[in-house]
Amino acid sequence: MATLRSRLFKVNIRNSGINPQGFHPSQIKFYLILAPLVVFMLLPMVFIFSHAFKPPDELFAYPPRFFVVNPTFKNFTDLFAKMSTSGVPVSRYLFNSVLVTVVTVGASILVSTTAAYALSKKRFKLKSTLFAINTVALMFVPIAVTIPRFLIIERLDLLNNFWVHILPGLAMPVGLFLIKQFIDGVPDEVVEAAQIDGATDVQIYWGIILPMILPAVATIAILTFQATWNNAETSTLYVNNESLKTFAFYVTTLTATAATTGANTVAGQGVAAAASLIMFLPNLVIFVLLQSQVMSTMSHSGLK
Amino acid sequence: MTTQTRERSALAGRQPPAALPGAQRVKGWIYREGSAYAFLSMYGLAFIVFIVLPVLAAFGLSFTFFDTIQAPIFTGLKNYIVLLTQDDIFMRYVLPNTIQFAVIVGPGGYVLAFMLAWMLAQLPKMPRTVLALILYSPSMTTGVAMTVVWKTIFSGDQNGYLNSFLLGLSLIQEPVQWLTSPQYLMAIMILVTLWSSMGVGFLAMLAGILEINPELYEAGSLDGISNRFQEIIHITIPSMRPQMLFGAVMAIVGTFQAGAIGVTLSGGNPTPQYAGQLIVNHIEDFGFLRYEMGYAAAVSVVLLLMVLGFSRLANRLFASEE
Repeated sequence: MATLRSRLFKVNIRNSGINPQGFHPSQIKFYLILAPLVVFMLLPMVFIFSHAFKPPDELFAYPPRFFVVNPTFKNFTDLFAKMSTSGVPVSRYLFNSVLVTVVTVGASILVSTTAAYALSKKRFKLKSTLFAINTVALMFVPIAVTIPRFLIIERLDLLNNFWVHILPGLAMPVGLFLIKQFIDGVPDEVVEAAQIDGATDVQIYWGIILPMILPAVATIAILTFQATWNNAETSTLYVNNESLKTFAFYVTTLTATAATTGANTVAGQGVAAAASLIMFLPNLVIFVLLQSQVMSTMSHSGLK
Repeated sequence: MTTQTRERSALAGRQPPAALPGAQRVKGWIYREGSAYAFLSMYGLAFIVFIVLPVLAAFGLSFTFFDTIQAPIFTGLKNYIVLLTQDDIFMRYVLPNTIQFAVIVGPGGYVLAFMLAWMLAQLPKMPRTVLALILYSPSMTTGVAMTVVWKTIFSGDQNGYLNSFLLGLSLIQEPVQWLTSPQYLMAIMILVTLWSSMGVGFLAMLAGILEINPELYEAGSLDGISNRFQEIIHITIPSMRPQMLFGAVMAIVGTFQAGAIGVTLSGGNPTPQYAGQLIVNHIEDFGFLRYEMGYAAAVSVVLLLMVLGFSRLANRLFASEE
């Protein structure tokens, strides 16, 4: 009896306060405060799901209805049957987006992890200076320097070039920062032991460091994915060739026409919502799959 | 390095004892630090070309008149003087708008993110994960994908969801032009930006709160901390200063980066009666619509300095006491 009571008591302690193991009545107030906020955050996303599957009569319905009643795939078939005004099929934009995103994520992982390995485990004079510069660059707001960036990209002959989608996003100060902090958590002894065994830097990076920092790799993959997949600006500013533009750009043209041509507003909405859902879903799926990795990376995220 | 020294170091490679001191130093440096720089090279190159050079170029161009057709003409501080003394739109609309937007979205979103993270940390793992995912997911949408949602909800005719809802409740008599009315645009911009502001910084703070050693709280209660508010002030925040600072920097950058939202929502730059005009839109207006690149660059420099200033402030607040 006494052991049972002490066990109950222990459970009680662990169930209230930070990171409880189970439910406790004291948590109800938090659920009550969080519930309306969560509903508010969720509504626009529920709306996009619901709107994308609405048949035309429900899109036109007055008064408008939030939830779909007779879901249909019509908006999606319409979307893929559509050609943009310049005759490029929608599937081409989607293909460009997938290709650009896959290449950028791969390249970004390579670029950031190699640099982070050097900044964390190698010894050289400028090490702390370079890391400090990167930390200042966390505050970099790319949108502020759109114009000089444009001039540089023009000089490098990257306008209308496939690589313009990929190269400008490779240096990601947040990504390098998070990975470097994560590698700091790998004991130096591991690296030193490998060096004594005669392992080269490439072997240490590839065989020891990379397998130990997979959560951080997953995190930078997600951050790069989101930045690239959702990027419509590159296509707008740096690409004139319609067949080199991305799906994100195509979605902006859909919503732009839906806003200006009054009569088409409602008809265009269904297709635009279907396209927006295609934009949003991959973000969500990838984050759900990798969220535990992201959280373990974030616990190393402190800025000292 | 000249050809001569390169030959020397090649020679040095074969016969180390006979090498000249200079070449030996180079070789020694390559041996000691070369591989570190090799690992850094790819990131370093991208960093220099797409981050350092644009910032330097913005700084340089800000002292010139440049219309993209002719070479830049040096004009000294003229752009900055014009910006501060003659740019009526900047002083009357852009700067007040930016400050209003930044003050509400920045600190407001930051405090909200911390409070949400703190409340989530009081819940067991399973519901916490689900709720964190829901709160984080708007930040994955970044503008493009959600435009159709906001445009439909805030649509100006009676078919708009908000109009229809308010008409149904008889709170308004006729449809409101939400996105093109100067008096509503800013409020909607702030709402939409706050909605999508629970990003990386929010996750970092959540992780930070969960990492705090529970014994600190026990020690705190022995030291006379009696309520949760005192606990937050005296234990939680001081124990996670680094994450608080990271979250603050992310909030500042996110706030200024989100500036394009007004143009997206209202459908044009400039926004109706400059009601949603932020610094970012002002840069775009002068750079890409009027081709006054030098002037736009000066505005960019002002924006970068504002971000830096706010980050310094955050640094003061949360820097570790070492």
